[in-house]
Amino acid sequence: MRRRRRTPTAVRTGGLVTTADWRRPGVRFGLGSTQALLLIALVVFGLGPLLWLAKSAITPTNDTISHPMAFFPHGFAWSNLTQAWTNVDVGRYFWNTIVIAIGSWLVQIVVATTGGFALSVLRPRYGGVIMGFLYVTLFVPVVVLLVPLYIEIVHPPLIHHTFIDSYWAIWLPAGASAFNVVLVKRFFDNLPREVFEAARIDGASPFRLFWSVALPMSKPILGVVSVFAVLASWKDFLWPLLVLTNPDKQPLSVRLPTIQSQTELGVFLAALFIACIVPIVAFLVFQRSFLRGSGLGGAIKG
Amino acid sequence: MSVSGPRRAGTRHRARRTPLTWVRGGGLTTVLFLLPMLFVFAAFSWYPIVRTVLMSLQHTNLVQAPTWVGLQNFREVLQDPLLPIAVKNTLEFALLALIFGYPIPLAAAVLMSEVRKRGGIYSALAYLPVVIPPVVAVLLWKTFYDASSTGVFNSVLARIGLGPYPWLQSPHMAMPSLVLESTWANAGATVIIYLAALTAVNPELYEAAAVDGASLWRKVWHITLPQLRTILLVTLILQIIATAQVFLEPYLFTSGGPNNSTLTVLLLIYNYAFGNSLGGDYGKATALSLMLAVVLALFSLAYLRATRSWSTK
Repeated sequence: MRRRRRTPTAVRTGGLVTTADWRRPGVRFGLGSTQALLLIALVVFGLGPLLWLAKSAITPTNDTISHPMAFFPHGFAWSNLTQAWTNVDVGRYFWNTIVIAIGSWLVQIVVATTGGFALSVLRPRYGGVIMGFLYVTLFVPVVVLLVPLYIEIVHPPLIHHTFIDSYWAIWLPAGASAFNVVLVKRFFDNLPREVFEAARIDGASPFRLFWSVALPMSKPILGVVSVFAVLASWKDFLWPLLVLTNPDKQPLSVRLPTIQSQTELGVFLAALFIACIVPIVAFLVFQRSFLRGSGLGGAIKG
Repeated sequence: MSVSGPRRAGTRHRARRTPLTWVRGGGLTTVLFLLPMLFVFAAFSWYPIVRTVLMSLQHTNLVQAPTWVGLQNFREVLQDPLLPIAVKNTLEFALLALIFGYPIPLAAAVLMSEVRKRGGIYSALAYLPVVIPPVVAVLLWKTFYDASSTGVFNSVLARIGLGPYPWLQSPHMAMPSLVLESTWANAGATVIIYLAALTAVNPELYEAAAVDGASLWRKVWHITLPQLRTILLVTLILQIIATAQVFLEPYLFTSGGPNNSTLTVLLLIYNYAFGNSLGGDYGKATALSLMLAVVLALFSLAYLRATRSWSTK
């Protein structure tokens, strides 16, 4: 998919504007100023709302209501943040969000790596059939699963115990992502087969092949899968809303609409701000994985 | 994309297949590795898919035993006066989302791919809204859309002599307001997909055109866009599939109001199943989700064809 037949040059661009074009003053000025305008637009529209949120999270409620665009006319209100964290219990919901994200991540990684390894390296005869069934799920929109999944959680078959208010109700279904399995399987497919054959000849068992050969080589793809697993779980709303009815167990995203109706604006905006800090910091740290995964997204996401 | 290639690991002897040789040959180990995947997919994907089809033909309320009712659920959904409204609103959302969100990311990506210094800042800024949890984005924009004259958008627009606008409280402005937020939240992902596609365009094509003296515009029109046409089709179909399932925005912004002007198909499904505190009408909910799924499956097939030709190119 990634063909890079580019001659080594000093600047890496798409190649549309050649160096000769760039030397022409008209092109240089026109393109340069359009790009500058784009940067300004990106800052105003992309970053602007978030900067406003950051500002309002530490502004007294009355100031935000009467002069939303003013810069701290009557000083700061750091208390918004502490109030949100303690009085509104954002700290607890934040922790719930993290627990849900870690569990979903772990289940997705286990399922995608073991499944992808079996299908790509061990290659059972019936692997094609399984792949077919996996591909089918890519074409079934999530909404189709909503009601039967919900009923399955309320009244699970075989087990007479409801999973409502249990985190397993979120962790386990998260693993059923054909996107992850296909991504990992394709990655294993592209690894040199000689490595596996050599290890096998040396007497390595499949478990050893998996643990000591396949996993260490699959760090890049695991990074992509991890980033998306954590992000998706952090973003999820409808499913946790349905299966977690006890407010003490709900993640932040589910609690925020209620927080809005129960607290003053300043504290609510502080809660919103806290809810986006982790994803933003994660994005800035793992930018490469995010952007690579997003580019891949166009290739097989269904 | 080959599912199982003709190559087989030729190390195993398959002379006599008994359970013992199967275990010795690693068959059991393979099953062990497949087990987590088979379990979660069987329990949380394949079984629920089958169950949806069954439930759409049943009357279920979780208390009494389900009864078979044939196609009655489908008839009731099709006769529901809210269905045409929901379909019309969903189409309106999808269409507005295309108008707002389709040309801008493309233009931005083409410009960004030609940034000579610190292009990373552009893509980071464009992608930033995508990582914000959707609930946070919606609730933040709900604050922006405050209809009073001191609302965020209204006070900004007042400086250039516009407004105040009712935003979410007006049946005419509510849907475009939802689409605006949704475009803000999602456009960055499309930009990144285009950027990835743009780097795959063979630079020799541009060089050849430059030798022929083609202007920048002609190069964009005759090389860049034709080279991107498959990915353009893919993002178009992906966007249609995503917008047909829009739920969060109408649910959190307006609950489908005012006057049902933002009631979407997915919100209607939700209301059938979970909106009534006396117990959900799961039959109607599953019937409507199946109908939606069939429509989306057609788009998915188109998507599959598009990616096929794209990956074999």
